[in-house]
Amino acid sequence: MEANKKRTLIAVMGDEDTITGMLLAGIGQVSNEPNKEKNFLVCTDNTKEEELQLYFNQFVQRDDIAILLINQHIAERIRLLIDMFTNPFPAILEIPSKDHPYDPEKDSVLRRVRRLFGE
Amino acid sequence: MTLSLMKGKLKGAQQGHSLLKRKSEALTKRFRDITKRIDDAKRKMGRVMQTAAFSLAEVSYATGGNIGYQVQESVNRARFRVRARQENVSGVYLPQFEADIDESINDFKMTGLGRGGQQVQKAKDVYTKSVQTLVDLASLQTAFVILDEVIKVTNRRVNAIEHVIIPRTENTIAYINSELDELDREEFYRLKKVQEKKQQANAQLDAENAARKAKALAEQSQDETKQESQEVPDLTAQTEDDVIF
Repeated sequence: MEANKKRTLIAVMGDEDTITGMLLAGIGQVSNEPNKEKNFLVCTDNTKEEELQLYFNQFVQRDDIAILLINQHIAERIRLLIDMFTNPFPAILEIPSKDHPYDPEKDSVLRRVRRLFGE
Repeated sequence: MTLSLMKGKLKGAQQGHSLLKRKSEALTKRFRDITKRIDDAKRKMGRVMQTAAFSLAEVSYATGGNIGYQVQESVNRARFRVRARQENVSGVYLPQFEADIDESINDFKMTGLGRGGQQVQKAKDVYTKSVQTLVDLASLQTAFVILDEVIKVTNRRVNAIEHVIIPRTENTIAYINSELDELDREEFYRLKKVQEKKQQANAQLDAENAARKAKALAEQSQDETKQESQEVPDLTAQTEDDVIF
């Protein structure tokens, strides 16, 4: 539990507008440490799945990230990886983007909630 | 001695079972509460993010272009951080994130300097608020994941105690009891047998004694009759020479 005290950052993977908004809120952190250069990733439709997986794993393995925000339409592309990730830290949150409204049916956590209540 | 040990074990298991069951119930109650709140919060998040996106659209309209690139380049240090606090629910530590905003850091002094500064400021506020909602949601979600795991473990333990440990201990106790009963019966039988033997021996001894006594008696009576016959001498038959008158 002590290790979680170090986790103070919020990371984002999303489209440009989402990233811009989140950065305006002030969550961005840039440093010189290897593998910790940025805590945000701008994804476009051209970003390859391998790259998404790579960055997702990188964010998940960092020990200073408490929450990972990810746009739902991007989460959809690496759904398997997200479904397989069950650790409590970092908390993975699927958020809607401007062009893709939020769909509770697709959310990994909400699906688990529903499964628990047997629906 | 082992029996009392086993009985103690059974009692301990029963107590542990009831305690764990209560813990599991408390956690489940909490868990249901959290799932409900997650559901609500997720829906709320949808609305909040929509407003935020709208305010960003206003910004790009006001500044007359995309500020994304400029914003990404001017990022340096995080102003918005989270702090993890811990909450104890029946022995389970649930993390609770709190927003921790350092007002002294401002990476976007230049953004919107030309025009649209007000909109940029507004978008900043709106996004800060929405990130706060997201942080709340994240603590709920983390609590959900941890509670889910803990409840599973607790239920597994409850079931293990109920269906494995308690019956096993009860079986052992029953076995010890039957074995003790068996021992008891054996002992009883042995005692009975000993008594029987003793009685037999006694009876024999008695019989022998009786026989001996009878024999002795018989001999005595024979002797007596003999003696009697000897003791009554025929005085007339005796002739003594040396009797001087």
